[in-house]
Amino acid sequence: MIDINKVRSNFPILHTEVHGKALVYADNAASTQKPQSVIDSSSELYAKNYANIHRGVHQLSQRSTALYEGARATVRAFINAGDVKEIVFVRGATEAINLVASSYLEPVLQANDQILISEMEHHSNIIPWQMLAERKGAELKIIPLLESGDLDFTKLPQLLNSKVKLVAITHMSNSLGTINDLTTLIDQAHALDIPVLVDGAQSIAHFPVDVQSLDSDFFVFSGHKIYGPTGIGVLHAKEKYLENMQPYQGGGDMILNVSFEKTEFNDIPYKFEAGTPNIAGAIGMATALDYVSDLGLSAIDQYERELLAYATEQFQAIDGLKIIGLAENKGSIISFIMEGIHPHDVGTIMDMEGVAVRTGHHCTQPVMDCYNIPATTRVSLSFYNTKAEIDIIARAIRKVKELMG
Amino acid sequence: MSELRELYQEVILDHNRNPRNFGQLRPHSHHANGHNPLCGDKLELFLDVVDGVIKDIKFTGSGCAISTSSASLMTQFLKGKSIAETRIYFDHFHDLVTGKGLSDEDLDDLGKLAVFAGVQEFPARVKCASLSWHTLMNALDTTKHIAQTEN
Repeated sequence: MIDINKVRSNFPILHTEVHGKALVYADNAASTQKPQSVIDSSSELYAKNYANIHRGVHQLSQRSTALYEGARATVRAFINAGDVKEIVFVRGATEAINLVASSYLEPVLQANDQILISEMEHHSNIIPWQMLAERKGAELKIIPLLESGDLDFTKLPQLLNSKVKLVAITHMSNSLGTINDLTTLIDQAHALDIPVLVDGAQSIAHFPVDVQSLDSDFFVFSGHKIYGPTGIGVLHAKEKYLENMQPYQGGGDMILNVSFEKTEFNDIPYKFEAGTPNIAGAIGMATALDYVSDLGLSAIDQYERELLAYATEQFQAIDGLKIIGLAENKGSIISFIMEGIHPHDVGTIMDMEGVAVRTGHHCTQPVMDCYNIPATTRVSLSFYNTKAEIDIIARAIRKVKELMG
Repeated sequence: MSELRELYQEVILDHNRNPRNFGQLRPHSHHANGHNPLCGDKLELFLDVVDGVIKDIKFTGSGCAISTSSASLMTQFLKGKSIAETRIYFDHFHDLVTGKGLSDEDLDDLGKLAVFAGVQEFPARVKCASLSWHTLMNALDTTKHIAQTEN
């Protein structure tokens, strides 16, 4: 059970005002707000425990290293990875995907090979593969999107074949909310020895993720979308892949021995963490994961599903409003369009009511093209949102109609 | 709410619902595409310039109320104006929507376009109001084809 009053008291920004109105923050799919414990974690680190990691024999460096490596252990436990060695700290999901493209796929990808993605991917899970495919003369293949907001997995038998060298797919769509059941896809890919990268940027904050039972080969997410700081994220990769992958960047901390003739690279995961990493970010993200774990992902999932059901009902009662994406299994994201009113105008008017929503293509232009719309207004909810806030959002939408009608 | 009314004035809503000079212009002497990648607004502008004067001007595309009405009012305003005047109006319009402050005389010269003064309270919407004008400048400067709005 979510104790909503207690939860809201943990997030100072939720008690601020925008344009003289109480803030209703409903742009959680873009980025989440931070609890006090996360805000405090960096000042605590810098005030008491900060030094560079993995370097000094001095006390502060040891404390800082222990906190940073402790963060890695927290991440491991959070996604139930087999080993801390499989957790690589990166800047975010985008960097994690680029890392896999450069260090894993690029060396093995040949001309005429294929990379399989889906039509509902965020641009960050399209462009790195597209760039690589162009460099190598390989081909990008697409699992199509259905009007319902689901992917058409019936096309898998044709799409999965020995030419495919990697499948990269989202766990949960950032623009439609669709949660993809990846069990069959991953089983079928593995039967052909094809590794699967799962983009967990959205899913990580909404329901429990266990990378061992999911059996993903690569799983990526960003700290800032799960109540942690920006500039930190995670690549989880199975050890068998990480061991054989080339380093992503060269620099300090990713080496064992350096001479001008030859460099011996460090063990995993350090081989992929060149330079001084985002120490405060990693520790802040672990603090956020602790916060979420204390609430419990299952409790969060249940609470957010209730919010989603309520919001869907409220919004569908508004004349001229059409929800884009009504998949059976959805996370707490509602994209919608309004007859004759552009989302950009909707966003401005709602902002004046204190409601923060995202308008635009949400970095998923192929999804917009599929529905033949330029943009949507997106309400994305978190466990700190309330039904009362959904009523305010619905009232703000009615105000839009009144003003623009 | 008053700031919103200031932004979404009746003139703007009217030109959004019924954009004037909407459609393609063939033949034309000048042409450019404008695109605001942030919100997906797209605009195509056609001009027929004879002896340095805009004889006709039309646009097509899709966008928000601010960008559509801005394009519509701009085309009405510019018909019959010279290219030299147009460049000055561009600067004045830009100053208007960014809140730089215009002399009463310059504001008078902009006529109906003065309704876009409300945009200055909404910095995120300056790009919407100015997309058609940036596209216009690119159409006149034939070396460029896709207009960029300011960042």
